[in-house]
Amino acid sequence: MKILVCISNVPDTTSKINFTGDGKSFDKNGVQFVINPWDEYALTRAIELKEAKGGTVTVLNVGEADTEANIRKALAIGADDAIRVNAFPKDAMFVAQQIAAIAKENSYDLILMGKESIDFNGSQVHGMVGELLGIPVIFPAFKLDMIDDTTARLEREIEGGKEVLEVKLPFVASAQQPMSEPRIPNMRGIMTARTKPLKVVEPTGEGAQTEYASFSKPEKKSGVRMIDAENAGELISLLRNEAKVL
Amino acid sequence: MSVLVLVEGFNGEIKKSSLEAASYGSQVANALGTEATAIAIGEVQESALAALGAQGITKVLFDDDARLHNFVAEAYLKVIAQAASQESAKVIIFSNTNIGAALGSRLAVRLNGSLATNVTALPVISGDSFTVRRGVFSGKAFADVNLTGDVKIVAVKKNSIDISSDAGGTASVEKFSVGLSDADFAFAPKETVMQETDGGVLLPEAEIVVSGGRGLKGPENWHLVEDLAKALGAATACSKPVSDQDWRPHHEHVGQTGITISPNLYIAIGISGAIQHLAGVNSSKVIVVINKDPEAPFFKAADYGIVGDAFEIVPKLIEAARAL
Repeated sequence: MKILVCISNVPDTTSKINFTGDGKSFDKNGVQFVINPWDEYALTRAIELKEAKGGTVTVLNVGEADTEANIRKALAIGADDAIRVNAFPKDAMFVAQQIAAIAKENSYDLILMGKESIDFNGSQVHGMVGELLGIPVIFPAFKLDMIDDTTARLEREIEGGKEVLEVKLPFVASAQQPMSEPRIPNMRGIMTARTKPLKVVEPTGEGAQTEYASFSKPEKKSGVRMIDAENAGELISLLRNEAKVL
Repeated sequence: MSVLVLVEGFNGEIKKSSLEAASYGSQVANALGTEATAIAIGEVQESALAALGAQGITKVLFDDDARLHNFVAEAYLKVIAQAASQESAKVIIFSNTNIGAALGSRLAVRLNGSLATNVTALPVISGDSFTVRRGVFSGKAFADVNLTGDVKIVAVKKNSIDISSDAGGTASVEKFSVGLSDADFAFAPKETVMQETDGGVLLPEAEIVVSGGRGLKGPENWHLVEDLAKALGAATACSKPVSDQDWRPHHEHVGQTGITISPNLYIAIGISGAIQHLAGVNSSKVIVVINKDPEAPFFKAADYGIVGDAFEIVPKLIEAARAL
């Protein structure tokens, strides 16, 4: 089975988020970048499927050269090879066009990614890739097993419950917890990752459909009002009369 | 030209998130000098659809095909794309549910449109420019985004838009059908399993959420969370360590890798407030933190706090809440 896993390079969860003085772009200074945590669920599930059934796992990132550290990390975790589309990921449509172009060239059986990225929180790329390729998209999937060589059984979260689906390959699935338990690369993985193929290709497609004009931060909370534990019940009347949320 | 709003039904009623989308759509229509039409899918009473007039909807297209009671992306897309074309919709509004995000992204490709998800405010419209504010960096920032495509698709974040209740009279309801074939339902779910809510409230739609962490010491103590939730008409949630240890089911886990919620009131009991947890709840309007450790980081993000033993404090809250 040929599996493509799309990964995004995002600021670590604990990063302080800052923007450049004009508020027009994200300030990368002092920020550590990681593989998007949702994409890690997709990556480890892909590796588990490969280990059980054979096949290959290719990781794909649309990004500039500074994303290669995390692409190598994905190779160290167990992917076989990697592709980087050499471009700033302008928006979801642009990224989806790059992924779809690579997928058309290589005809993968399965395309996996996280249900969203923790930086832009768009949840858009998987749907766009599926539509561009004309194949089903299962969003968000928290369980994925192969029934046989051509059909998968998935469980998808819906508001208030879950759905069980059986879908023939090829399709796109966007992963969420608990699809798999993300792995930490071991020393052998890190050594072999250095020599695994990482191909760099130039972007194609018409481009973005949105423009990010500016960024801002939410207003700071005015501070916490502490209530004495002895009079805990007072909280309920404050929530009703002061905060007006009850 | 018009504004089209997707309205989802559930058990005969219109979802609260769809009422928010309808309110959003009719305000956009006003700003553009046009009217807002709803396309309604799912299990819903016609009388409930006519009442969408209160949110400013003038006309409802209703596809009552029973096969649409479950979400099937391909079938839903056909219905919405056809409605958008019939109404010459230039703006399409979804709620940012699992359904809205799934449809918005496919529709953006199909209609060659621009999509913004997780949108928290009405657009700023000036001439041809159409700018929306959306939540980014897991609630730590906002971005203002210009939608440059001919068709603009907006998925509105839950609980970020007030529901209008007197924006108009009664909406006209028209039957709408696009002649769906069995092939459109090829990827229908084999089975749908709904959570047992015990007569309670579903977490993603809840206005009040009571959440428990490791500080509660074990699943046997969850009656504290459940009783307080029941007294407040709230849904229950939990932190990641709690669902990892199977004290509570995964669908209750809120946080970075769980679900993101933005209720009016979030009450955290025995949760220290790791940054991963905050990412899932930081857009809640009012946050209450109850923790025995006065240094718990969660207090910095809270509006109200109580330092002390949850096993003594929560029963007092339950008593006060029942007395409301």
